[in-house]
Amino acid sequence: MSEALLQARGLRKSFGALAALDGVDLEVREGETHAIIGPNGAGKTTLINQLSGRQRPDAGRILFAGEDITRLAEPARAKKGFARSFQVTSIYREFTALDNVALAVQAHAGHSFRFWRNARAEPALREPAREVLAEVGLAARADVLAANLSHGEQRQLEIAMALATRPRLLLLDEPVAGMGIEESQRMVAFLATLKGRRTMILVEHDMDAVFSLADRISVLVYGRILATGRPEEIRANPEVRAAYLGEDEAC
Amino acid sequence: MKLAPRTLALVAVLVLFAVVPPLVAAFGQPFYLDLFRRIMIFAIAAVSLNLILAYAVGVLAHHGLTSGLVQWALAIGASALVAAAIGAISIRTSGIYFIMITLAFSQMLYYLGVSIEEYGGDDGMRVKTLSQFPAGLDLADPVTFYYLVFALLVLVLWFTNRLVRSRFGMVIRAAKSNEARSRALGFSPYPYRLVAFTIAGAMCGLAGALLVNHTAYLTPEFMNWTRSGELLFMVILGGAGTGAGPVFGAAGLLLLEDLLQGWSLLPQGMRAYWQFWLGLVLVLVVLFARRGLAGLLRGSADE
Repeated sequence: MSEALLQARGLRKSFGALAALDGVDLEVREGETHAIIGPNGAGKTTLINQLSGRQRPDAGRILFAGEDITRLAEPARAKKGFARSFQVTSIYREFTALDNVALAVQAHAGHSFRFWRNARAEPALREPAREVLAEVGLAARADVLAANLSHGEQRQLEIAMALATRPRLLLLDEPVAGMGIEESQRMVAFLATLKGRRTMILVEHDMDAVFSLADRISVLVYGRILATGRPEEIRANPEVRAAYLGEDEAC
Repeated sequence: MKLAPRTLALVAVLVLFAVVPPLVAAFGQPFYLDLFRRIMIFAIAAVSLNLILAYAVGVLAHHGLTSGLVQWALAIGASALVAAAIGAISIRTSGIYFIMITLAFSQMLYYLGVSIEEYGGDDGMRVKTLSQFPAGLDLADPVTFYYLVFALLVLVLWFTNRLVRSRFGMVIRAAKSNEARSRALGFSPYPYRLVAFTIAGAMCGLAGALLVNHTAYLTPEFMNWTRSGELLFMVILGGAGTGAGPVFGAAGLLLLEDLLQGWSLLPQGMRAYWQFWLGLVLVLVVLFARRGLAGLLRGSADE
């Protein structure tokens, strides 16, 4: 069994009287695809936001590669190797697809106090960006304004930006949300090509996507992890069936 | 490469600026040299929103430090320092709070100026000696001064143009486009914004140095919030967020002011209440041409 890349211990986060996370323990191993599922309002996005550093937990600790990063701000965590997609696609809409990815390459390269050279003429930024665009299947759309891409293409672009920072950990918040069947199948197939090469935490409602991609699944209900295990274990777990999967299969 | 209409318009305006002095000489209308020089100074300043350090140059001259190079280097350096200090606090806020806090800082400096009797306090005072430059660069000669301002405007435009396309400029524009995305990629916007604010402050220091030589008069009015408001109008009229916008805005606003006050074809009532008509134009621009004069012309894909 491989080492834990990410560990969360006793994470708590409340918004007013609502306890979104009520003592979450989570362990994500190097190289695995770890899905987090749960009914609406279970705290999945809150958990992703704690892990990425977008929000601070009220209590608990987060360890990344053995280092305590609980107090580290989001940009600093990105520099350590975190990359994420958002539930609502978050891209630079006024820039072209290529510019978007080139900015991600630039973020990873880490030299941005350069005032003179035209950033759009730097092969060191543009070439890696083109490669990543080709990888996600957007090579032909490189010069299109991000705002003019289709919804599915914008989701792909966001994944491309995350990959361009060469992350050690990918946090994907509902990557197939709002996609048509065909688009979503293509996205799942693409994410499958990353499996094993990247460590991924995947929050998703689409159970077909979850069960085809995940090595392990954690079930989050009312701010607590109800169970963690391999897909077949989760499927067979009576508590999970009662709390969550049951309603899904009833549909 | 085909030039965008907005770029062409900017070039046209610059060519117009360049030929003003010979035309003025030919038609015997020295007033227009003055007007266009003022326009160019404000065009430089309109890149940002403050003219605090016009004051510093006058103060230096008062103390017998008249070497232009030293004065201007000090003005630009001091402006950058003041901007860095003000920016360090105000950049933590955004939107209306950012505007309020920067205005508050400039009002503090304004009242400081008003309260220092040695420099004329409220009334201000005449600057006896213009900035002195070596080798034939005599600011007392209107045409020489005019072309110096013109050259500096072109330089500032060129520099700004390079800046917004650089890696640094891309980070600033990206953070404006989507701050959450920038943070998730690993860009903490604060240091970049502070440096941008400081650079803008330095440019305003340059404009300030020019303005005090232009008016040959030192007054705390340079620092009053109404002056900041005027610059803001120029940016809005010209089109915020474009390289050419502030130049169009400065030219548009100052020419309009001049036209409304002085054009004899307008009815007397209109000329007497010119501020009203000017305000009306600005309201219309905000309502119907939200991207300003520059927005009426298609820019290059970069802008």
